[in-house]
Amino acid sequence: MTTAIHAEGLCKRFGDTQALRGVSLDVEPGTVLGLLGPNGAGKTTVVRILSTLLHADAGTATVGGFDVHTQAHQVRQRIGLTGQYASVDERLTGRENLILIGRLLGLPHRTARERADALLTQFQLEHAAARAAQTYSGGMRRRLDLAASLVGQPQILFLDEPTTGLDPRARLELWGLIRRLVAEGTTVLLTTQYLEEADQLADEIVVIDGGRVIASGTADALKARIGARTLVAGAAQEADVGGIAAAIGHVTGEAPEVDGLRISAPARDADMLPALVRALDRDGLAVNELMLRSASLDDVFLALTGHHADTGDDAQAAPGEHP
Amino acid sequence: MSRPGLLRGLQQTASLAWRTLLQLRHNPWELGDFSIQPVLFLLLFLYVFGGAIAGSTSDYLTFILPGVIVMNMAFVTVYVGHGLNTDLTKGFFDRLRALPIAPWAPLAGRILADLVKQAWSIVLLLAIGFLLGFRLGTSVGGLFAMAALVLVFALALSWVMVLVGVIARDPEHVQLFGFTALFPVTFVSNVFVPVETMPGWLQVIVIANPISQLSDASRGLIVGGPVLEPALWAVAWSVAITAVFAPLSVWALRRRIMNG
Repeated sequence: MTTAIHAEGLCKRFGDTQALRGVSLDVEPGTVLGLLGPNGAGKTTVVRILSTLLHADAGTATVGGFDVHTQAHQVRQRIGLTGQYASVDERLTGRENLILIGRLLGLPHRTARERADALLTQFQLEHAAARAAQTYSGGMRRRLDLAASLVGQPQILFLDEPTTGLDPRARLELWGLIRRLVAEGTTVLLTTQYLEEADQLADEIVVIDGGRVIASGTADALKARIGARTLVAGAAQEADVGGIAAAIGHVTGEAPEVDGLRISAPARDADMLPALVRALDRDGLAVNELMLRSASLDDVFLALTGHHADTGDDAQAAPGEHP
Repeated sequence: MSRPGLLRGLQQTASLAWRTLLQLRHNPWELGDFSIQPVLFLLLFLYVFGGAIAGSTSDYLTFILPGVIVMNMAFVTVYVGHGLNTDLTKGFFDRLRALPIAPWAPLAGRILADLVKQAWSIVLLLAIGFLLGFRLGTSVGGLFAMAALVLVFALALSWVMVLVGVIARDPEHVQLFGFTALFPVTFVSNVFVPVETMPGWLQVIVIANPISQLSDASRGLIVGGPVLEPALWAVAWSVAITAVFAPLSVWALRRRIMNG
């Protein structure tokens, strides 16, 4: 079998907004691709095109070897889709939602019920099976969404920001469920705003910004490229900022960024923290705060594009990003 | 395997219609909404205005029952737009579109479910009417013909509400647009009063109103009187409304989902 998902030069415009400007990517069968980017980067648009919900203006894509435009039905027979826009019916119970999808997929009554119950058990929703989905907590709702996309036992799964808005515990639970699916051989394309999530789940990461692919590779390769960590210092007084910046620049070999009293720079090596402490001590520079933190999405973007990722609600978000 | 055949599509339509009716079981207030409201309308007009309009409530019941059935049919079609808009805005429609089902099944399921609600409303209003003393002036065949005619028109009007459901930003706006449009159309008709009592210029409008033609045909079918001409008008209106709004609605729906 060839690649599970193949996209080449996808372009999409919504009115005046050019949401995608030629996105290409490949996902090998049985692997997880993390599509990483801030709000409005075009992640959702890519998923909507690949899951046959939207036609690209230009470019081609195949999923499971079938063209998403001309063979949409064959693609739909092979995919599952979970995203905030591909939701369940809130007014039906969890069980009814899953039975409905089973029936729509052509399962006989009994098989549809059995499949629904098996999924409810697998996703720890048996206790809420008879309650309307609108009464579910955020984590339960995402689990039901995921279960709904698995009724047809898809080979390829699209997960559009599966854990956005979830608390850490619910996020960990969902990660566990996704890992289990991957272990069973499902191919996954996952979009996320969180570097950590891509790092945890993805074999390969594609970073997109402004509708373009700006980097791709394994998590380790990306981290090596951007600096896995950031060294951050908070100057105790204005007068020391220049000196601290110089020390950080010297230790990390990178141009530090200064924001008020905060100075930061990518750090490739954990040894850089003690080295900096010694340098500051030697030069008599006072700091209120000193830390080595893991790279955030913002660091990735700063390193790759030279600008900050706007992960808040972006006024320039493509319409498809927030339907 | 290519697209599902007609039979599979119809099964999927039935499953989706079942789903819409299942929602009623979990939200009984909605069932009350389109059951209690028409009954209240009937009782209100019958006992408050009946004496003044027709001299006696029993005479007025004969006049108003077919009219209220028609008026209520128009209001119930708003649920098509409301439900469709809810599915579009909440994302359930996209879930369906990503499934390997007939592309027309979601809309057809919605409309089929609405026809079931329509049939329920007609049965309910007739039952209340008979309880209040309504006497069938024609035959059981006439009764079924009336119900069939009202359902045909409901199907046509559903396409208008599909368009409203696609265009409106949220479900609340569907109800706002839908009821705002339906109030003048149903009241500037002969649903509540005979057209002869109105000024000449208004008579022209009222007679041209398809709701009036449908009410007249319904009266003819269950009370007695001329049937053929108003029934033909009602059917002609149904065909015309469908011919205009079905393609327009489908076009608008494609546009919305392909840009969203």
